[in-house]
Amino acid sequence: MTSALIAIIVLWGFIFIYAVMATMDFGAGFWSMIYINREQTNATSVANRYLSPTWEVTNVFIVAIVVGLFSFFPGAAFTLGTVLLIPGSIILLLLSIRSSFLVFSHYAKTYEKILTYVSGISGFLIPAFLICVLPITHGGYIDIIDGTNKLNLSSVFTSPHVYSFIGFAISSTLFLSSLLLADYSKVSNEFESYKIYRRDALITGPISLLMGVFIMLTMRSEASWLYDNMMNVKGWLIGSVIMFLLTFVALWIPSTRGLGMPRLAVITTIIQYFLASYAYGKSHLPYIVYSDVTIHSGFTDPGAFKAVFITYIVGFAILFPGFFYFWKLFMKDRDYLKKKIYK
Amino acid sequence: MDHLVTARSMFGITMAFHIIFATLGVGIPLMILCSELLYQKTKDNDYAIMAKRWTKTIAVLLGIAIPTGTIAAVQLSLLWPGFMEVIGRVMSLPFQIEVYAFFVEALFMSIYVYAADRISPIMRIVSITLVLIGALGSAVLITNVHAFEGTPAGFRIENGKIVDVDPWAAFFNPSFAVTAGHVAVSAFMTGAFVIASVAAIKMIRSRKKSEAVYKFHHKALILGLVVGGIFSIATALNGHASAQGLYDYQPEKLAAAEGLFETQDHAPLAVGGYTSEKEQKVKWAFEIPWGLSFLSDNRFDTVVLGLNDFPREYWPPLFVHTLFNGMVGIGSLLILLSIVGFAWYKILKKRLFPRWLLWIFGVAGPLSMLSVEFGWVFACTGRQPWVIYRIMKTAEAVTTSSDLHLLFAFFLAVYLIMGIAVVLVLLYYFKRHPVSKELEGQVE
Ligand code: HDD
Ligand code: HEM
Ligand code: HEM
Repeated sequence: MTSALIAIIVLWGFIFIYAVMATMDFGAGFWSMIYINREQTNATSVANRYLSPTWEVTNVFIVAIVVGLFSFFPGAAFTLGTVLLIPGSIILLLLSIRSSFLVFSHYAKTYEKILTYVSGISGFLIPAFLICVLPITHGGYIDIIDGTNKLNLSSVFTSPHVYSFIGFAISSTLFLSSLLLADYSKVSNEFESYKIYRRDALITGPISLLMGVFIMLTMRSEASWLYDNMMNVKGWLIGSVIMFLLTFVALWIPSTRGLGMPRLAVITTIIQYFLASYAYGKSHLPYIVYSDVTIHSGFTDPGAFKAVFITYIVGFAILFPGFFYFWKLFMKDRDYLKKKIYK
Repeated sequence: MDHLVTARSMFGITMAFHIIFATLGVGIPLMILCSELLYQKTKDNDYAIMAKRWTKTIAVLLGIAIPTGTIAAVQLSLLWPGFMEVIGRVMSLPFQIEVYAFFVEALFMSIYVYAADRISPIMRIVSITLVLIGALGSAVLITNVHAFEGTPAGFRIENGKIVDVDPWAAFFNPSFAVTAGHVAVSAFMTGAFVIASVAAIKMIRSRKKSEAVYKFHHKALILGLVVGGIFSIATALNGHASAQGLYDYQPEKLAAAEGLFETQDHAPLAVGGYTSEKEQKVKWAFEIPWGLSFLSDNRFDTVVLGLNDFPREYWPPLFVHTLFNGMVGIGSLLILLSIVGFAWYKILKKRLFPRWLLWIFGVAGPLSMLSVEFGWVFACTGRQPWVIYRIMKTAEAVTTSSDLHLLFAFFLAVYLIMGIAVVLVLLYYFKRHPVSKELEGQVE
């Protein structure tokens, strides 16, 4: 395996982890906003109990992606940095409003509602803008003017391909987060909230699958190179759809404590997204930005790559116990999960 | 505004805003650790309450430090793609390692804040220590990138191509240790003085009202002054080393900092005044004879290069003299202030601080923060026109995308909103949770 291939796999791994964690994170913020007026259920406080300790850790992954991109593929970072000035800035602005107001909403109780609305809505928009980076790399939206790359914004925001990605991002955000929160509320014995989130997952799941199908349809005409490559790895896509069906089975299995096994559903859904994004990533190669930047043309100095790669191994080996301790305290500790009122 | 100036202003404002919260993100965890340790040692509940209240503060401040840092990291690639291409090839190690520092900080901060009541005191101290290590690590590592910009190492440019990359030589570039040390100790100093300032103001307010509240703030003030005093001396000593680093590696920056035009030995140190290019001197300055020569290399006969030895186009802007003076002036003042406080309390053995002295303590924190801002604007602006010293000009690194103005306005507006909101939230929270209630044990 070439160094460039290892590097893109590491980067893809970060993107996948961030995609899953961030959809859950932004979605949880959105649900905590939606259910804030339902005093009788704890749906909002369940969402907050998940969100409060995790948003900071999730945020580090986006930094890890940006750093990984310019350390491994400085050439690609140059092109993307030039092209993404405006969408990137919009994401940054939304992200800072979202994170800061999320924190503020926990501390200024009188204004909790309005602060939660601001962070919920801005968080809901972020995935929509973030995902636009993907279709932009498919080619066709970048003009070369006087030797420099420029993004053609009007063609981006009139493209059905871009909108199918946006639809997919929003529906997936809602789907993944409601599933996760369903699981989280069941473990916490919050059965009212469990029912609500299970219902939400049942509604948003099929929508997100439909959006996925839309993406394939628009891709066929707008990025046929990618479509052809994806059709060569059909097996992964079919596997992904099977996992989706299993998720639904899992949500209907009768169990001792209420209908459905949300933990199983979370796992099959993550596998579903894993398979689909593997197929996508593999088909995207060797291009990072079609058709001028490939993983080879934009690759860093081999010596620098080696040094960075070693720090990855050492760094994550050292960090692993920290992640484990964190997980134990917030995802497993029943006392924490059952705490009735969010403090 | 022209394109380059807009880009520079945009990035400069982002950094100037981030640095406030980042500095406190390094300084306040140290104070929390000190109070946790004091609590374990003395079992005085006041220290436990201090740790709790400062933790709330830092949790709110991180709500700004983290998103603005994320902006900074992404904006580097968006605004300076040419610079980041070089950094990506040569100097990516500190960024990579910084990500681990962020993880350590984020994981243990959440544990310390949200699981404090479920973990043992030892684990609490371990957690806050790891928070401190994470925050300090991120500051030191990012400062290393700044150090590299001033003293690049570990690569060569041949026919416009980067060759002979040695990432560890770049990492351990000549000014890394001194610069990172300066940033670390100045952040500790600033965090401590900010705590001391708040305590001093609260003492003025509670003097006639509540003995217990007054005593509580008095303890916080002393802790802030001791830590601040120690680190202000460390900052000055290390600042001396930083200045010598400039003498060795960026002589035109030192010349601009001191407004020195002619190369000379026994060069004087100009304090105050402003640099006039027409008259080739610093006007209205107070001069310490032989001072600059001594500062540069510990000898009075050291020859210090003047600006006229460099092509005019390579001169940094001359107003950096004022920034440098501001930083050094505030630093010296705060050392003096710590000494006065110490003498008053320990040598004269007075139990109470007079009102006027409390007011002076009250501005120490903001002054210290101002000093950090001066120092950074000096360091970054004094490097102009280079983004990587003698290798890449800032103008070559800037993005080719136009239309920065509107974005600049949006970022400004968002910083303004976040800045006002964070102050209001802190005021609101502590008004709702006054220390008097916690002292009476009414709050869990
Ligand atoms: C509380 C803040 C504070 C205080 C009191 C001082 N400094 Fe400082 N200084 C900084 C905070 C700072 C800083 C913000 O942290 C900088 C900006 C860049 C850097 O590396 O540190 C800095 C930079 C900086 C530089 C430029 C380094 C470069 O361009 O790479 C020099 C020469 C000094 N300092 C020297 C001093 C001296 C002689 C001081 C005497 C008291 C002093 N500083 C006090
Ligand atoms: C260690 C972290 C920092 C790094 C790596 C860094 C790097 C940079 C870079 C790449 C630029 C743009 C190019 C240039 O103008 O040379 C810049 C400009 C600037 N930075 Fe920094 N910076 C850092 C910290 C700070 C801080 C904390 C401040 C706080 C005030 C600051 C203030 C500025 C200003 C005002 C400019 C514009 C300078 C000018 O063009 O005159 N920087 N910095
Ligand atoms: C000397 C100047 C700087 C200091 C002292 C500093 C320090 C800090 C600290 C203490 C934090 C908050 C807590 C944490 O570790 O998660 C932070 C956050 C951050 N900083 Fe800075 N920083 C500086 C400059 C910069 C620059 C120039 C960049 C851009 C490359 C940057 C990028 C970041 C990022 C991305 C975060 C958020 C990390 C997260 O998601 O948790 N910082 N910084």
